[in-house]
Amino acid sequence: MSAARLSLRRRLREHGLDAVTLLVIPGVLFVLALFIYPFLYGLVLSFHPKEGDALANYRRFFSDPFLYDTIYITLQIAVPVTLLNVVLSVPVALRVRLMKHQRLLTTILVIPITLGTVMVAEGLLTYLGPRGWLNRSLLEIGLSEPVRLTHNYWGVMLSLVISGFPFTFLLTLSYVTGIDPALEQAGAMLGARARERFRRILLPLLAPGLAITLALAFVQAFTVFPSAILLGAPAGPTRVISIVAYQAAFEQYDYPLASAIAMLMAGVQVVIIAALLGARTLVFRGPASTGKG
Amino acid sequence: MRGSISERIWAFAVWALVGFFIINLLAMIGSVVVNSFGTRWFNTWLPAGFTTQWYTLAWDEFQLPDILVVTAEVVGAVVLISGLIGVPAAYAMARRNFPGKQAVMLLFLLPLLVPPITYGIPMATVLYQAHLAGTIWGVILANLVPTVPFVILIMIPFVEQIDPRVEAAARVFGAGMGRLFVQILVPLLTPGILAALLLVLVRTIAMFELTFLTAGPTSQTLVVALYYAVFAAGVRPGQSIDAMAVVYMVTTLVWLLIALRFVSPTQIVTRAKQ
Repeated sequence: MSAARLSLRRRLREHGLDAVTLLVIPGVLFVLALFIYPFLYGLVLSFHPKEGDALANYRRFFSDPFLYDTIYITLQIAVPVTLLNVVLSVPVALRVRLMKHQRLLTTILVIPITLGTVMVAEGLLTYLGPRGWLNRSLLEIGLSEPVRLTHNYWGVMLSLVISGFPFTFLLTLSYVTGIDPALEQAGAMLGARARERFRRILLPLLAPGLAITLALAFVQAFTVFPSAILLGAPAGPTRVISIVAYQAAFEQYDYPLASAIAMLMAGVQVVIIAALLGARTLVFRGPASTGKG
Repeated sequence: MRGSISERIWAFAVWALVGFFIINLLAMIGSVVVNSFGTRWFNTWLPAGFTTQWYTLAWDEFQLPDILVVTAEVVGAVVLISGLIGVPAAYAMARRNFPGKQAVMLLFLLPLLVPPITYGIPMATVLYQAHLAGTIWGVILANLVPTVPFVILIMIPFVEQIDPRVEAAARVFGAGMGRLFVQILVPLLTPGILAALLLVLVRTIAMFELTFLTAGPTSQTLVVALYYAVFAAGVRPGQSIDAMAVVYMVTTLVWLLIALRFVSPTQIVTRAKQ
């Protein structure tokens, strides 16, 4: 082995590049090949429509109400359910934090996440249907006719609560348990009541975590797919954006249009997440997430 | 802690909310199970009689044996390959500081943050052009996209816990990279590897979108077959669809229970420390 090569190897090692570093390469190549490349490919493909100039796909999307309405329809489902789930999660997480035996509760709540949206959709079809247990109970209480909760907006909404609330709750719980209880005790000792402690101590400390929770929950709700088809009305009120992207690709075989819709989907997500994280920096008041900084 | 009346009302309201949610969740699961064993069920709380005929029907009609074999093959391959790629990569990420490490980290975070249907459509397009989609390998590759980074991000803190002097000692005694991994690191990392791979297993059984976009008729996993069964409801009796749903639930929940012996439920949600 020549002296020049040896010194090159030594120089590389000083930069942290040696045989161990090479172990990261298969992982990097894999993600580049199956995540980054397809994404860029889709982006380029979206500017090569089947007919028309480069922007034809995007123009078509924004001129056809049947297509652009899907953004509005999806937001109409995703925004309320995300807010509901996160707003409900905070008080529950704050209460569960004080529990000694959280394990049983968190285990039950992780079940719908694990089962996935398809299973939740089938379960709700049986449970919420006109002859299901929920309507049976409502009739027993005194309702004159069954409530329609499947194959419409409410079915999708409820499926997103069943699988989304446990997600936001467990995420919030992990942030809440990261807050040093001594901070709240100090507040209590100085005479702050529960509401004040929440508003002036817990909420500011929780804000960064809540912004991330909101962003992740929104992105999940925005890409609702199987339950919008199975439990909703995929031809009308729950014709969400992922349905039209899927139909463009696998029913009309118009891959450029499907890619354009997928890119727009990603675009909306990026805009909302950027807004949320931007708001976080406005609210965030210093490094205190563990209270030990 | 003894609070004022308003605080106690507030606490009661929170528990009532949790209770209401859990009752509805259990009733949802329960109604699927009861329906799958019921004969006829119209305007009563419970079916007129109980039977297991829907399970035999579902077993034949939905070709459940084939689907279960495909599911096991896909999940097994995904678990194995994501472990083989992910664990060494996590080791490198934990032990070395190299230029561009931040960018590599971001590269591994992205597939976990972007929802599957968004990247799944362009990915499926590429896999179809490579003639991989529709085959079992297409399904496996698609499922590896989120699981490889997932294993890496879970394993990094486990590697960091190991004292680097252990590895240095092994090197001094002449162990190469292969022996170092097989004889030192893997035994020390077993709890982490077990946790990561069990989570990958549970997630892959339930991964609908990526499998749905890339599976052909002979490469469907259980969850995709369940989707098609529900989608074509009306063709077959609802009870046999629910019987299939129960088979799916049991498969998923058994592995969830095993996984929960090694990880806490919150870990299933917080994929990575931000």
